[in-house]
Amino acid sequence: MKQWRFEVFNKPEFADVHGNGVLESIREVGIGGIEAVQSARVFLIEAEFDTDFAHRVAKEILTDAVCEQYYIGRSKPPAGLAKATLIEVHLKSGVTDPVAESVVKAIADIGQKADNVRTARKYLLLGELNTRQIETIAKKVLANDCIEDVVIGNEAEPPAPHLKPYQLKIVHLPIRELTDEQLVALSGEKDLFLNLIEMQTIQNYFRKADRDPTDIELESLAQTWSEHCVHKTMKSSVDMTIDGKNIHYNNLLKETVFKATKQLNKPWCISVFEDNAGVVEFDEESAVCFKVETHNHPSALDPYGGAATGIGGVIRDPMGTGLGARPIANTDIFCFGEPDTKLEDIPKGVLHPRRIMKGVVSGVRDYGNRMGIPTINGAVYFDNRYMANPLVFCGNIGIMDKNKCFKHPQTGSLIIVVGGRTGRDGIHGATFSSGQMTHEHETIFSHAVQIGNAITEKKTLDCLLEANKAGLYEAITDCGAGGLSSAVGEMGAELGAEVELEKVPLKYTGLNYTEIWISEAQERMVIAVRPENLESIMKIFADENVEATVIGKFTDDKKLKLRYDDQSVGELDMEFLHNGVPKYSRKATWKSTDFVEPNLPQKDNYTEDLLKILSSYNVASKEWIIRQYDHEVQGASVIKPLTGITNDGPSDAAVIRPKYTSDRGLAVSCGMNPLYGDIDPYWMALAGIDEAIRNIVCVGGRFDRIALLDNFCWGNCARPETLGQLVLASQACFDGAIAYGAPFISGKDSLNNEFECEDGSRIAIPPTLLISAMSPVGDINKCVTMDVKKPANILFVVGLTKNELGGSHYYKIHNQVGANVPKVDLETGPKIAAKISEAVEKGLVASCHDCSEGGLAVALAEMAFAGGYGIEADLRGLPKSADCLRNDVQLFSESNSRFIVEVEMANFDAFAKLFLNLPFGQVGKVIAARKLVIKSYDGRAIVDAELDALKKAWQKTFDWK
Amino acid sequence: MLSKKPGRRLSTGNKSVILYGGKSKGLRKGFFGSTMIKKVKAIVLRAAGINCDLETQFALELADAKAERIHINRLIENKAMLSEYQILVFPGGFSYGDDVAAGKIMANQVVNHLIEAVRKFIDDGKLVLGFCNGFQVLVKAGLLPGSDSDVQPAAPGAAAATQNDEKDLTITYNDSGKYEDRWVYLQSQKTKSVFIEPDRQIYLPVAHGEGKIVVRNAEMLEKLKQNNLIAFKYVDERGQEGPFPINPNGSIESIAGLVDATGRVMGMMPHPERFVRLTQHPRWTRLKDKTEADGMIIFNNAVKYVKEHF
Repeated sequence: MKQWRFEVFNKPEFADVHGNGVLESIREVGIGGIEAVQSARVFLIEAEFDTDFAHRVAKEILTDAVCEQYYIGRSKPPAGLAKATLIEVHLKSGVTDPVAESVVKAIADIGQKADNVRTARKYLLLGELNTRQIETIAKKVLANDCIEDVVIGNEAEPPAPHLKPYQLKIVHLPIRELTDEQLVALSGEKDLFLNLIEMQTIQNYFRKADRDPTDIELESLAQTWSEHCVHKTMKSSVDMTIDGKNIHYNNLLKETVFKATKQLNKPWCISVFEDNAGVVEFDEESAVCFKVETHNHPSALDPYGGAATGIGGVIRDPMGTGLGARPIANTDIFCFGEPDTKLEDIPKGVLHPRRIMKGVVSGVRDYGNRMGIPTINGAVYFDNRYMANPLVFCGNIGIMDKNKCFKHPQTGSLIIVVGGRTGRDGIHGATFSSGQMTHEHETIFSHAVQIGNAITEKKTLDCLLEANKAGLYEAITDCGAGGLSSAVGEMGAELGAEVELEKVPLKYTGLNYTEIWISEAQERMVIAVRPENLESIMKIFADENVEATVIGKFTDDKKLKLRYDDQSVGELDMEFLHNGVPKYSRKATWKSTDFVEPNLPQKDNYTEDLLKILSSYNVASKEWIIRQYDHEVQGASVIKPLTGITNDGPSDAAVIRPKYTSDRGLAVSCGMNPLYGDIDPYWMALAGIDEAIRNIVCVGGRFDRIALLDNFCWGNCARPETLGQLVLASQACFDGAIAYGAPFISGKDSLNNEFECEDGSRIAIPPTLLISAMSPVGDINKCVTMDVKKPANILFVVGLTKNELGGSHYYKIHNQVGANVPKVDLETGPKIAAKISEAVEKGLVASCHDCSEGGLAVALAEMAFAGGYGIEADLRGLPKSADCLRNDVQLFSESNSRFIVEVEMANFDAFAKLFLNLPFGQVGKVIAARKLVIKSYDGRAIVDAELDALKKAWQKTFDWK
Repeated sequence: MLSKKPGRRLSTGNKSVILYGGKSKGLRKGFFGSTMIKKVKAIVLRAAGINCDLETQFALELADAKAERIHINRLIENKAMLSEYQILVFPGGFSYGDDVAAGKIMANQVVNHLIEAVRKFIDDGKLVLGFCNGFQVLVKAGLLPGSDSDVQPAAPGAAAATQNDEKDLTITYNDSGKYEDRWVYLQSQKTKSVFIEPDRQIYLPVAHGEGKIVVRNAEMLEKLKQNNLIAFKYVDERGQEGPFPINPNGSIESIAGLVDATGRVMGMMPHPERFVRLTQHPRWTRLKDKTEADGMIIFNNAVKYVKEHF
């Protein structure tokens, strides 16, 4: 077979955008002395065509005739370049290469067959570099060890992946006679992440069965019993000691988060904590479902691929909920180390936060945009404890018919895998994500990283929606963590299933039956189809070039039977697989922290502090990220993430109109406050709930229909004090949900977010709880935004400002933590939120913004510069608690349940009447002059700034290229 | 140019068709034996990775057309089906992942399987639109800005040549090096476009990473100007051209869209289908007195043209 090599370069008169980007990144890692980077795309094509045809391929497919030129073969750098380094980056064999797949298709379109296509990138670095610098550039900028190989110099490319066909060899693991130590050793050796009790349970099962397990049986159990899949910690019984007082939970999750939902028993909850996403009613005909997942560990190793597959994976949750929803919105929330961290402060085995951030944003961008799903809401938080464990939360909302919210797989139905092919990618993802990271994870778990191909997922989605409409399948689920093992295992849990593993379509030969079974290769869905519908459904897939394969059927013997080439390779009782995992009891403790309030000197003027907070990482504008996401595709956007007179102010929540023909909307928001968690995780969790709800009602979402989601990201909960934080946060979820009448409908936890450094020291993330919220909007035409609208309008503050600077951004800029963490008044908070929602609904509100990070001063500044008008405020009108005397406390306290509301004079009375028995006060008015002036009780201006200066401070932090 | 007259077998524009268009049955009369259509039919062409098809369909329906989303595979199997439609839209998205280059793989598919059918569609006086990725496909398939050879029916095998060797204009990576979603002002230029009158300012979002129009040489640019092929330019609120972000991608001469010599084939990077109702405007909460969603101008004019000419 002839191998053709094509190189495609920019013509010199056109800018090399990619090369320039690389040059900038090289400078970012601190290497100067490079004058230019030239990039080229490389295609390695195995095919039988001749030279003439090769030129056609180059001209018609690979090259843009206007701005590019090609070279067939290996080009030499121009003569006379003394200081030039050539580096080529190739994908490791077996890594998904979407471009290659498209090139195969395009060559077929012009009439020839290509047997194998690989793509690579070639870089010519012009400038003086030593070997160490070249290595740094290769490793830190150009390539990722997990998925890519680097060839330095003008050498041969890596060989094409021609793997040997697989010969069946069934592996038995004699565990019946093993000692406890040996069991633990086996678990470690096979990366099963099963602990001793679990290994013993499995040992007993096979002793009873009077045989040893095969490798696939053990792996199935490890996947199904992983923390990622069954949430062992959240479901364990817990003995909790709070400041010496004991509380017992039989099942932490069931007695906190679940319990609130059950107790609230809302008729509009359709399917909660059961399916891949939580489902609630949207209108008479439709339901919406929402799921938020994390993809933390993979994003730490390969930020781009990890984040892309994070969003790709969570999109498959609504696709696999009920009989399948149509995805209508994405959300994303990230936690990173601080982007200006010095290279030498980065632990070994960890990527620089800036690289992680750029990679994660690009990954979400490229996958989400390609799927044609708008990314409408998000947030980013920074703390150096996230450096080794960045958190990547990806959410997806889908819409579906109300009568298609449940699946009914039946005995005799065929198991069909649809979409992507299975490869070695992502093996052990579920177990890997359940463990902690070490500086060696980079090498050991590189196979756990998965590479996505959004277009495969998109075309699979298109066909599945068609098949769903035609009623051609009776159950659907996604292949997520645990791969086919989890998907088939769950769908057949009540029935039993038989799978013929050799039928699963593979990306390349050589996979053994266990790899096929547990691979987490992306873009795969599993459906159950009655035999009589097989022909019709297969035609839908074939019509749009989507691969679908029957791999087995559902039975009625409640057993999971796995075969390869007609030989049994594994057989497990569904009951043991799904309910055999031992129950844990754990100890948790909490001791109140002994932080103290700092006594910062009082000042005459706080303008500098305000500017500093506006520029701080957490508060600063995220426009750099938001604009890279398509937030308007599907044509449904009503309130966009950026708003105001120049389209760049920060919206509280997003609103979309999911159905073109209805004025009903859906508001989507989030809340998260990791800074409070150090002081008290209970109040941190309640602040998150209050914030998410505040954001919903600000834009016009209904207060009485709010559905919440929880995502816990924690450290190692084997430590009682870490688990204690989790217990407090869970209890807060219960209390908050009940008080606000807002049930949790779905959730997820990611524990063990810790990193073991080379010297054995550990970095644990701060306890982090993300609350996501959604609620219908009765009439989108009544929605409001946060930008002030008109001079002379009145500004009210609703909600009490208290002496609560603990964990605030004001303290953060002064390197303090403080003790007075913001609490939530569960009596008053819900009343205020309900009234805000009512005021918006009644059309009394011109603009509305909640007070969160940075408190009142930041909220006023944001409203003013977003609206393009000034604000004159007077703190005498501020409703405040008796101990809230200092000016800095009034300006920057982050007390919950507070809103700033702009009201037209004509609506003054009606608005005031609504809030009669609640804390509210008139604090100022909108003015034409472009400045923010805040006066203290004695009439002195304690903040006095031009809007342009405030806005510049807010925007400059992430004014990245 | 030897272009065949647009609408050579068209009716003489009976005004009653506009009044009753699409609603009244039994309007199959018309002058000189031509057939007036009951409902304007539009085809919204899908492919793997196309993702603006639903909102494009909705926009056409708001404009009173009957719009169908058809997969390109179906059209390749049955090219004759094009005769049932009067408007062909290439919607936005990432056809085949924009692998290799934006719109490239789908353009290759059009050139190798559909080019004659599409050229006949155009020669029949019908309308072709491309938005964002659809515009990229039209350009990379050689349908925009169109070459002098456009007026000749493409000879079999000539397809490849039109796509590549002769091409003097392409769309490439934004100067910013990244994908961006933002709203832009557009000024329609003096052209024969049936979709918008000259010198009108509209406001629409762009959302792309490869939207920068570049030309091979100065002659090409001159040709675009001389032949009035520039449909839209990026401008500021006062109608002035300017640097980023007024021109969001660095496009030469601030070009945002192109039209061919017939005025019936138009492509543009901005998304008219994303502004068909007022609540899609980024500042609608500040502009309660605005009455028209700018994107509808293009769809309404397309449907109106068909009603008047078929």
